[in-house]
Amino acid sequence: MPRYFTDKLAKYGVLITALVSILVLLAIAVFIIQGGLPLFSAVNPFDFLFGQSWSPTYDEYGILSMIVGSLLVTLGSMVIAVPLGIACAILLAEVAPQRVRNLLRPAVELLVGIPSVVYGLVGIMVIVPAIRNLGGTGYSVLAAVLVLSIMVLPTIISISEDSLRAVPRTYRDGSLALGASQWQTIWHVLLPAARSGVGASIVLGMGRAIGETMAMIMVIGNAVIIPTSPLDPARTLTGNIAVEINYAAGLHENALFATGLVLLILILILNSLATLALKRGEQHA
Amino acid sequence: MNKLVTKKKIMLPVTAVMLLALGVAGCSNDDEADNNDDNNDNTPTLSGTINEAGSTTVQPLAEKLAAAFKVLYPNVNVVIGGGGSSVGVKSATDGTVEIGAVSRELKDTETGLTKYLLAKDGIAIVVHPDNTAVANLTVDQVRDIFSGVITNWSQVGGPDKAIHVMAREEGSGTRTAFEELVMGEDVRIVANAVLQNSNGALKTALAGDKDAIGFISFGYIDSSVKALSINGIAATSENGKNGTYPIIRPLYFLTKGTPSELVQAFLDYCMSDAVQQIITEEGYLSVN
Repeated sequence: MPRYFTDKLAKYGVLITALVSILVLLAIAVFIIQGGLPLFSAVNPFDFLFGQSWSPTYDEYGILSMIVGSLLVTLGSMVIAVPLGIACAILLAEVAPQRVRNLLRPAVELLVGIPSVVYGLVGIMVIVPAIRNLGGTGYSVLAAVLVLSIMVLPTIISISEDSLRAVPRTYRDGSLALGASQWQTIWHVLLPAARSGVGASIVLGMGRAIGETMAMIMVIGNAVIIPTSPLDPARTLTGNIAVEINYAAGLHENALFATGLVLLILILILNSLATLALKRGEQHA
Repeated sequence: MNKLVTKKKIMLPVTAVMLLALGVAGCSNDDEADNNDDNNDNTPTLSGTINEAGSTTVQPLAEKLAAAFKVLYPNVNVVIGGGGSSVGVKSATDGTVEIGAVSRELKDTETGLTKYLLAKDGIAIVVHPDNTAVANLTVDQVRDIFSGVITNWSQVGGPDKAIHVMAREEGSGTRTAFEELVMGEDVRIVANAVLQNSNGALKTALAGDKDAIGFISFGYIDSSVKALSINGIAATSENGKNGTYPIIRPLYFLTKGTPSELVQAFLDYCMSDAVQQIITEEGYLSVN
């Protein structure tokens, strides 16, 4: 009887914890919707999403520039970080000798834990002055993309490497036994087998990139424009909220909550697209 | 087996460091109680905490005033914060702090607050010290630069380089005062200006960019930036006090409703003659 009771207790305990997590998520969504909805009684949703002018002093709330800024910065950093990250994961999992791995792996795991403010600091001190030599003020989309790539890399590397290591040895041995070279084995057998883990790392990396606030505020310049060159400053959705929330009141505050809502929806869309792309890839394989 | 040993080896030093940190954090507050006996019998012993937040222009001055106040009343802790003038208004209105600080006039929508004139302050138009060719600008030129009409330093007598405009965030009192006094109602600061969220951040950013121009409070001028003269008037405290420098704005402390005895004591101290020298030393313009 006692064992049966412990089983039930564990089951319901875990169930309650899961329900609490979902409830918290719902509560956040409700809170943000509640804060953001009053905006749309004064501002047309179309004007809000596609307006280019954000100026609370003049009651102008258009976040197109911020949406473009967030997307540019996220996609730009993904373009850099995904190939490099997966390549590094392959190196650590398959190619590197044990001594190199013992050095690199803890370093990567340390980088995952570094707070974003520190990356922002490095960005201001090193990357921004370097980009200033190329033109413009240095506070630019390029600076943001570089900083974000460095932030996202460790996440992609560590999770991809774990999933590559989790592929059964038999796959590797079988492929090599059939005469494939090491690279052919990695590219055609191991990576597809580790697809779900690598995909998860990309989705997580993308989530971190689009949600990054502090480092973005420090290096991107916070200018409300649609950047036409990588050297132009810009503003992200997250930066928009963080720079102004301390003093926003009334309609301005509602506009910032609505920005948060748009951010949530954007993350949902990006995650779904990524998961869909992975599932489709699995079907082909 | 290895993991168990490693865990034990780490736990002891980690716990020791945590206990040490807690001990240090706990000890720092005890000094106030000890000083009670040192205070003489005549002055009533005020004690408590006053929270202040808002304008980054007022912040260094407020910190000096708080330190001077603490010498008089060791049991009073005045905590000074930043965030910008609009944060000062919002925090005072919401009751988050007892005193809010602003470096501009209050807007019509900002009601329910009592304001105390602390000092006046000039807004300096600053460039990088290496920008030796430009030393003076007219107000019209400043407006044209910040609105994007003038985009190259050569148009105002400098080298052939693009002008990098730097400004503050919208909630900044310095920015609002600058917009009122220089830009005017209909002209906006150019959209691709790089925004920094405090006087200090703008000064640091400007000190690193030879082609940049920005605006900071008089109190923040130092050797890392060069303050331009406006309409031929140099950006000095004397010109600020005699009214010839054109960009001057008030610095206010705000309270909501009637302040408590403790807060009133601090406010009276800040308005008194005793602190006027501190105000002038810090680079602000005293009004008493």
